[in-house]
Amino acid sequence: MGKKTLLYGFLIISGFLTLAPFIWMVSASFMLDGHASVFPPRFLPDEFTFDQYKTLFSRLDVSRNLLNSFFLSVVVTLVSLTFNSMAGFAFAKYRFAGKDAIFKMLLSSMVIPAQVTMLPLFLMLKEFGFLNTYMAIIIPGMANVFGIFLIRQFVMAIPDSLIESARIDGANDFQIYYKIIIPLAAPVLVTLAIFTFMGTWNDFLWPLIVLNDSEMYTLPVALANLMGEHTKDPELMMAGSVITILPVMVIFLALQKYYIKGIMMGSVKE
Amino acid sequence: MKKAAYLFLTPALTAIFVFFFIPVIAAFLISFTDFDIYAIGNYSRFQFTGLENYRKLFENDLFWKALVNTFYFVVASGPLSIAISLGAALLLNSKLVRFKGIFRLVYFMPVVTTLVAVSIVWRFIYHPEFGLLNYGLSFLGVEKIDWLGDPNWAMPSIILLSIWKNFGYNMIIFIAGLQNIPEELYEAAQIEGANAFQRFTKITLPMLAPTTIFITIITMIGYFQLFAEPYIMTQGGPLDSTLSIVLYMYQEGFRWWNMGYSSAIAFVLFIIILTGTLLQMWYQRRRTA
Repeated sequence: MGKKTLLYGFLIISGFLTLAPFIWMVSASFMLDGHASVFPPRFLPDEFTFDQYKTLFSRLDVSRNLLNSFFLSVVVTLVSLTFNSMAGFAFAKYRFAGKDAIFKMLLSSMVIPAQVTMLPLFLMLKEFGFLNTYMAIIIPGMANVFGIFLIRQFVMAIPDSLIESARIDGANDFQIYYKIIIPLAAPVLVTLAIFTFMGTWNDFLWPLIVLNDSEMYTLPVALANLMGEHTKDPELMMAGSVITILPVMVIFLALQKYYIKGIMMGSVKE
Repeated sequence: MKKAAYLFLTPALTAIFVFFFIPVIAAFLISFTDFDIYAIGNYSRFQFTGLENYRKLFENDLFWKALVNTFYFVVASGPLSIAISLGAALLLNSKLVRFKGIFRLVYFMPVVTTLVAVSIVWRFIYHPEFGLLNYGLSFLGVEKIDWLGDPNWAMPSIILLSIWKNFGYNMIIFIAGLQNIPEELYEAAQIEGANAFQRFTKITLPMLAPTTIFITIITMIGYFQLFAEPYIMTQGGPLDSTLSIVLYMYQEGFRWWNMGYSSAIAFVLFIIILTGTLLQMWYQRRRTA
């Protein structure tokens, strides 16, 4: 009995400590200017206000940044899901020259940190005239090895007989891809969609490098930029953080099963 | 049939080849040149300088500082966060606990959030005057600490934030690993009279070894890329005590446009990550052989 109480007590206290930064973030975002900079700290707003959110959306125009983040996350997710699923399907169900060699090369490239590519990629996009445009974010996100790998693993488990019988019924390769493989691979595609959406939404270093107009900024870049001018305004910065975090948190809570399954799938690779 | 396969592969492989592999090779070549802001305007204005960038790098105190800081960060937060992840996984896998789903969700929450946003939140939590942390510690009789302003405390502060942010991820992988250990092993051990500690060291840990190695590799790779936390919270300071390799690379490459030099930094990072990964894979192979 005592042991169980202790265990729950520990779990609840550490759970509260884990959530405390979020609780304070939300609470401070509803405070008036300066009301979060007091000692002892306030845990709840003494006067509840939407002022910080109003400032963000009217004067600082974060709605544009919110829109950028949404648009880019959706486009990168759709494009990379299409490209990755086609390649994953090919690696899982076709035999062709150099298949194993290409796949091994792709897998081993995962050890190369993205930072290595950033300087030449920057110069390349500059030549194309893509700096400070949406293309600068979309182009490097069009396909990725992790996605191809995850989809390949999943599609390999789809029985060949399904493909064979569709072929006998006269389906061509492309019909097999979008009428059989895509519907059956839906669970892994949803998982990957969440990963990609959140990854693009949360990404910071690359957008910081290639976007240099506040109108083009994604939310994290806009937020980091705002922090430079508002180091003494925790209330405003907390409202900005809420706006940045809330969409990914909602998506995660709604689709957590898929997300958690994806982490486990990703971890079974040898 | 084969033609179809190549058609399916072309978009993804072209994108990866053009926008990943070519830049990797280009970065390698640029790291042997004096490519800088003048060369950006006019590509004829740079030349091969051999190992000059690497020589300059290894003679630069700031680079060594960044290297030492990054290793400090990886060596401290890596094992700590893995230990906490394992502890949380063991607790949440225990038969004594109900409402596992809720606890798992709560501990996992920081993982999905935006690093920039939580770095900003923590920057205020670490505030010496008004921050929650000093307030909480004052009840334990701890004097006010200037967490991000004191060169001795700045890196530990970033370590604490990153452990909080990441432990939930590895916890999930550990839970999956624990669930794969057959129950009979524990039953047999219990019959033989093994106590809880023995069951942990003789069954749980060895059975979890592949999971642990996987987690160590991905955690290490992620932690070596430390960037947003110091960028937001300390800008690498105070006294460069939180300058990381990637932050240094960013400053050299994209603030001062010393692109040749910056590429050399990126390659050193790559070599470190590669070495770390190979060492752990070699260790795993030796264990199983």
